[in-house]
Amino acid sequence: MTVTTPIPAATRIAGVSKTFGKQHVLDDITLDVADGEFVTLLGASGCGKSTLLNLVAGLDTPTSGTVEVPGGRPALMFQEHALFPWLTAGKNIELALKLRGMPKADRPAEAERLLELVRLKGAYRKRVHELSGGMRQRVALARALAQDSKLLLMDEPFAALDAITRDVLHEELTRIWSETNVAVLFVTHNVREAVRLAQRVVLLSSRPGRIAREWEVGIPHPRRIEDADVAGLSVEITEQLRGEIRRHGQH
Amino acid sequence: MASTETQPKTAGAEGAEATTAPATTVPTAVETGAERAETGAERAEAAAGNDLAGLEAGLDALDTRTTDRTPLPVLLRRKALPPLVAVVLVLGLWQAAFALHLKPDYQLPSPLMVWDALAEEWYKGTILGVIWQSVSRGALGFAVALLVGTPLGLLVARVRPVRAAIGPILSGLQSLPSVAWVPAAIIWFGLTDATIYAVVLLGAVPSIANGLVAGVDRIDPLHLRAGKVLGATGLRGIRHVLLPAALPGYISGLKQGWAFSWRSLMAAELIATSPELGVGLGRLLETGRSYQDMPLVLGAILLILLVGIGIELLIFAPVERRVLRHRGLLR
Repeated sequence: MTVTTPIPAATRIAGVSKTFGKQHVLDDITLDVADGEFVTLLGASGCGKSTLLNLVAGLDTPTSGTVEVPGGRPALMFQEHALFPWLTAGKNIELALKLRGMPKADRPAEAERLLELVRLKGAYRKRVHELSGGMRQRVALARALAQDSKLLLMDEPFAALDAITRDVLHEELTRIWSETNVAVLFVTHNVREAVRLAQRVVLLSSRPGRIAREWEVGIPHPRRIEDADVAGLSVEITEQLRGEIRRHGQH
Repeated sequence: MASTETQPKTAGAEGAEATTAPATTVPTAVETGAERAETGAERAEAAAGNDLAGLEAGLDALDTRTTDRTPLPVLLRRKALPPLVAVVLVLGLWQAAFALHLKPDYQLPSPLMVWDALAEEWYKGTILGVIWQSVSRGALGFAVALLVGTPLGLLVARVRPVRAAIGPILSGLQSLPSVAWVPAAIIWFGLTDATIYAVVLLGAVPSIANGLVAGVDRIDPLHLRAGKVLGATGLRGIRHVLLPAALPGYISGLKQGWAFSWRSLMAAELIATSPELGVGLGRLLETGRSYQDMPLVLGAILLILLVGIGIELLIFAPVERRVLRHRGLLR
């Protein structure tokens, strides 16, 4: 199986730099995410992970370089659920469907289908405040999937959850990713989470954010965060990450 | 974790099968509680996938807070009893002051005398007309204020130069008592309905507009970003994100707007009296004063208070409570 034609990309980030005033946040980032690929962006604080996601999401424009998203507007999941509290869980999803242009008659069934996909059948009429943290993030995931975008951006979506719930949502995300054909660009500062989920881990250095190193994760699924393979690679990546952080203390 | 050594993407079909399998085996596994000894392999496979669904269901059940409504008798005791006691207490003090002759009768009538004065107006058959005259004016004035104040508020909230230009004036106007406008309005419009409506509008529009501005300012920026990501930009952004998100602030602005309308209306009716303007509650109050009829004066004040409170309780409070409850901002 030799690959001669270039793999269609979910996003192409080419030579992207971003400055806010005098602050150089991102420096010459070049990164492709292939269709259906799962990539995690890893870095300490100040590496510009979230800035990079915002650029890909089109919420901000790069100072130089280009960001291409061939599949149209990417979906984005935040650390907080960002669901609209004036709508029910189902209606939140339907709003995404409506804004994507789906006819009204098809929306309720599709919303139900997406709720079932995140195992929240029967939560259609639930108000956002009636859901637990984990359920809210699952509805948010369903809403993001409702955009039917080829690329799903995730900005530390599980960071605010308790460990047990996070673990379960890792499994759910892996399942949903393998069932749908969506490419995922997942930002985190949690090394094990990055290794647990991704096919490829990209380590960013801080201030300015540059790509420090990449790892292909060959560990077969299903993986668990406690697995020896996951832990082994995590140790290696953590060492590199600590090295990156130490550099900042030296001057 | 048996049969998935391959990468999940290449094993797309298998993966899908593995995840649908537990869903179909769940009911049987539950139903056949007695005959547990099924084929071992099948059960193990079902358990692996079932594990996650079961675990998740458990987590959801543990984390979901049940919001049961308080039963009506408890609610009445908690919400209705205290104000009732307060009213009875005030009436008691009033009656005591009357009984002690702190002031002569014509200055401090008893609660019963005020009641009689109102009853007399009732038997004359005019009182409902008087109340309606004022309420309909107040409602119409408020409706117009709503139509003017809403777009004004949106403009001030979203367009920066407009905000810089008239934002401070708008909030300053709120602290200007609208009675101050009555003389000016009389000079402009004479003793007509236009005078009264002008005063009502000048009182209510700033409140409504400011309420909307406050509501928009308090929107969680995350919701605006989420709206943008979903593709709600421009007018669709206003319709689907901005307005619903600003609703709580807007409603408290409306509430205040009504209070200001009603207040301004009474001031205008009290000062601008003319036969052509008809008899509203303000006019009733003024009539009482001119006859030195203290029971009627107190009765009219009471009616003005009751209408103001009544509209707030019957219209604004339920709407506000509903909106806040839906958002989980109220228990």
